[in-house]
Amino acid sequence: MSELTKNLLGRLSWDAIPFHEPILLWTFVAVALGGVAVLAAITYFRVWGVLWRDWITSIDHKKIGIMYIILGLVMLLRGFSDAIMMRAQQVLSFGDSAGFLPPHHYDQVFTAHGVIMIFFVAMPLVTGLMNFVVPLQIGARDVAFPFLNNFSFWMTTFGAGLVMMSLFVGEFARTGWLAYPPLSGLAFSPDVGVDYYIWSLQIAGVGTLLSGINLIATIVKMRAPGMSLMKMPVFTWTALCTNILIVAAFPVLTAVLALLSLDRYTGTNFFTNDLGGNAMMYVNLIWIWGHPEVYILILPAFGVFSEVVSTFCSKRLFGYASMVYATVVITILSYLVWLHHFFTMGSGASVNSFFGITTMIISIPTGAKIFNWLFTMYRGRIRYEVPMLWTIGFMVTFVIGGMTGVLLAVPPADFALHNSLFLVAHFHNVIIGGVLFGMMAGITYWFPKAFGYKLDPFWGKCSFWFWLVGFYFAFMPLYVLGLMGVTRRLSHFDDPSLRIWFQIAAFGALLIFLGILSFIVQLVVSFWKRSSLRDTTGDPWDGRTLEWSTSSPPPAYNFAFTPVIHDNDTWADMKKSGYVRPVKGFIPIHMPKNTGAGFIIAGLSALCAFGLIWHMWLVSAVAFASMLIAVVVHTFNYKRDFHIPADEVLRVEGMRTRMLGGHV
Amino acid sequence: MSEVMLAEAEVVTGTAPRFHLATEHHPENGTLFGFWLYLMSDCLVFACLFAAYAVLGRNYAGGPTGAELFDLPLVAVNTSLLLLSSITYGFAMLGMQRGALRVTLFWLAVTGLLGAGFIGIELHEFAHLIAEGAGPQRSAFLSSFFTLVGTHGLHVTFGIVWLVVLMVQAARHGLIPENRRRLMCLSLFWHFLDVVWIGVFTFVYLMGVLA
Amino acid sequence: MSTFKIIRRALLILPVGLLVGCNTVLLKPSGVVAAQQGHLIVVSTMLMLLIVVPVIALTILFAWRYRQSNTAATYTPDWDHSTQLELVIWAAPLLIIIALGALTWISSHTLDPYRPLHRLDAARPVPAGVKPLTIEVVALDWKWLFIYPEQGIAVVNEVAAPVDVPINFKITASSVMNSFFVPALAGQIYAMPGMQTQLNAIINVQGDYDGFSANYSGAGFSGMRFKFRGLSSGDFQQWVESARAAGGNLDSENYLQLEKPSEREPVRRYSGVAAGLYDQIVSQCVRPCPN
Repeated sequence: MSELTKNLLGRLSWDAIPFHEPILLWTFVAVALGGVAVLAAITYFRVWGVLWRDWITSIDHKKIGIMYIILGLVMLLRGFSDAIMMRAQQVLSFGDSAGFLPPHHYDQVFTAHGVIMIFFVAMPLVTGLMNFVVPLQIGARDVAFPFLNNFSFWMTTFGAGLVMMSLFVGEFARTGWLAYPPLSGLAFSPDVGVDYYIWSLQIAGVGTLLSGINLIATIVKMRAPGMSLMKMPVFTWTALCTNILIVAAFPVLTAVLALLSLDRYTGTNFFTNDLGGNAMMYVNLIWIWGHPEVYILILPAFGVFSEVVSTFCSKRLFGYASMVYATVVITILSYLVWLHHFFTMGSGASVNSFFGITTMIISIPTGAKIFNWLFTMYRGRIRYEVPMLWTIGFMVTFVIGGMTGVLLAVPPADFALHNSLFLVAHFHNVIIGGVLFGMMAGITYWFPKAFGYKLDPFWGKCSFWFWLVGFYFAFMPLYVLGLMGVTRRLSHFDDPSLRIWFQIAAFGALLIFLGILSFIVQLVVSFWKRSSLRDTTGDPWDGRTLEWSTSSPPPAYNFAFTPVIHDNDTWADMKKSGYVRPVKGFIPIHMPKNTGAGFIIAGLSALCAFGLIWHMWLVSAVAFASMLIAVVVHTFNYKRDFHIPADEVLRVEGMRTRMLGGHV
Repeated sequence: MSEVMLAEAEVVTGTAPRFHLATEHHPENGTLFGFWLYLMSDCLVFACLFAAYAVLGRNYAGGPTGAELFDLPLVAVNTSLLLLSSITYGFAMLGMQRGALRVTLFWLAVTGLLGAGFIGIELHEFAHLIAEGAGPQRSAFLSSFFTLVGTHGLHVTFGIVWLVVLMVQAARHGLIPENRRRLMCLSLFWHFLDVVWIGVFTFVYLMGVLA
Repeated sequence: MSTFKIIRRALLILPVGLLVGCNTVLLKPSGVVAAQQGHLIVVSTMLMLLIVVPVIALTILFAWRYRQSNTAATYTPDWDHSTQLELVIWAAPLLIIIALGALTWISSHTLDPYRPLHRLDAARPVPAGVKPLTIEVVALDWKWLFIYPEQGIAVVNEVAAPVDVPINFKITASSVMNSFFVPALAGQIYAMPGMQTQLNAIINVQGDYDGFSANYSGAGFSGMRFKFRGLSSGDFQQWVESARAAGGNLDSENYLQLEKPSEREPVRRYSGVAAGLYDQIVSQCVRPCPN
């Protein structure tokens, strides 16, 4: 019987619940109350059916895109809470004061902050935007593999769920966001933290990889007639390159985490100190994934800025071909730079300078893109809608971050600055200034398309200014601290002269908090005032690409007739050529069916992972077997599609005709 | 991809339909292309495992080496089974192209049996090594050996499960387009595993014995 | 001094001057290697500002000038290409990167941590007959052990060297990855278990400097700090004598005691070190190894 209990419960016990940690306990209470409130509201408004039928089981790329963005924004709140705690600890913990977070907790907080922000905020936001926009931009009805799309989303979400569980059941890793061995090995991290890390990333990683395959196949195979590669919108180009990077990089993450898990679960010696292991192998492999990863994050942001600049300057994007070539060059070069993350590991001068030089070379196509945006603005007519504000903020801020990056690429300079707060300032500079500003611009830009009404501009501008000013207050002091020789991941300081810089940084974090708050207010106020912010035409910004030819929101089938493309800036071309929207002659449209299989299989994989984390072998075995059975059963379902009848299309298009009131 | 219908009076008023297709558009099926992409990502996973073996494959930690452990005749038998199974899968595909269901099912069954034989021998080899004290925990060399060869074996095992499922589905629904696509995907998968095995056979077994 | 030189000196000093109030040790260090690295930081930044400042200025200028309400500005909605401009856009950054690349290659080789030093600073070579000082460094959980093989002493959490003498650090770790870093002295280099890295440095100015680990290594990481002392040759001899007077021998038994995890250790000195202990530590064989 005890053998059974061991296999059933593993190392899970009441000790795993943090009854003695007040911060965690109160967080749990708040989350539980909030969760109960949400569940109660869903029940009260009787929308469980709607939730399951129209959202959880949806294979519609538009709905999946929206869900990804909701996931990213919710996890932003968690990741940012970690940031606030870190800033607070570093302001308080000087001399005799130990602050309020002992290292045992602080070290989990900074690890979780990094993991959550990269994997569960930035990646979902980027994936969500690409999912929503790309099929609309290429004139397709959905992505190439709609079921896989749903499955990918739920894998990512359950991965996030596992990280969130680690707050309340057990604990998270205390290794930094990349979990270098030997520290992350069994000998020095025997508890569940690193296992939570490994499995949440493996599950989310499968979702991301499949998403990458999906979007490449979509862009390559499903473009509307006439849309050659060089007539695609730039956002679709950057999406294509991003997904190529995903397919070429994420398998490396899968492999290296698998090797680490073998070390932890079966006692192998890949990265141990004895019996022939080599921890440097991990560092190499993880960064061979890690560097392309940051380009996966930034390229879609670049794509957003290209669309936004062109639209709000009412001008063709300058140097389209050169933008495409620059993106492709960046994609290829991003594989040749990974060693710059560990110049200090002692690889020798020639190896170090090779990688330093390749890193610098990447700044050339990146710089070309900045110039091209600049010259799109030149002799344009700039409208300062909120997305354009984010873009100007990006152009100034990202360039500074890029400069400090090239500085860090000089190996002897890096010997002094590696792992310092200067490094932390650099990567936040490019991620916030580049990725986050890009996501905010993209969300604001495409929000009316997704929901049928614009976001309130006043609160959008508040959010922008708080973020922009807050960023500079929060991170410029960190550049100074790095030059003063302060290293990262410290939870206590002895030198009082450092304190003022941390206080300024904490003030900056407060401003960013107000920026996030303004964004939440913006969402609420916009919903409230939605009738006055309504987008009736489907083209609220005088857009240039194909998605603006549909209604806001688009019908389930996107386009009643497949579009035919003649030029770049397809919609601008259509408007100029006197395009008239067809109002009859509709035909039945072939669509895929919704399915719960993705949600179920992903849920089973998360259960299997939870079992592995806690050594509940029986639970994992049963969950894994159930997963296999569920997959096989799903493959026996051959009836996965249906037709939308022509009458239904007529009805929907008729509604749009009435809303347009005669205008195109 | 570019069959623009000429204007018909009842389809559109005013302009000719320059900007849309009046008929249903069937984009090219992306299943095989998508499967290729997946296969290339799987190839990358194997590449990482080969890289790990390259770096750690001579770290014997005072334990047994490849030359001492590898039973080349047995590995040769194993290799022949797998290579033969690729040929028999090819026969199955020829049958499928002719629309001959029973021929297809027969050769699929033979392929599955040969694959099972391969796995059986490999499990026997692993059990023997572990019993001798040369398990994956003994040294980094053995860790990387077991992981690389074992991952390949796991893929073959999943391939066999998939093969059985496909046999049932083909028997039930016949060689409809959906099943043909699935059989072609499995075909790519099976041959890919063959190619990986050739890499394993060469870099791990042959070169390991020579080292 | 030519005007150009004056301007260049002023431009180089300016950022340093702005930050000097904040004791930015990387820009005002006390060792020749750190000084060259700091100089490199400033020069590289200046090179890049050549592009960055005009870009930011143009962004703000265009953002202002071409705003929609400024109807006086020219509007060319279909102008999207200019070969000449493209050439400049790709060539200007390329030139800067070529310059930086050359700088990178040269400086990576001259500032290679493994390269023995032949100059005390820009003006003076190492005098003939000056023997380099060897210090063996072990990163433990969570303190630093310094072994002086030539002097036969060992010290925990304090290291000293005479001014203007080349130091050859040989560095390893006992358990997890750390990074040996004294910002005033030289760059950092990883300290890794089962492996040895090296760092060559010279301290040019007497003083006490901060040293620490620059790679997170667990719960006691924040307390993993030590003092690096630059001393005159007489003071250095005294420092060595004080270790000899402290008594105690660092043999494998005492080492294994020391190796146990502890935080914020006070300075401890050993007057003797067991022969070959450091090599055993590097090969992870202080506890007897199989074969």
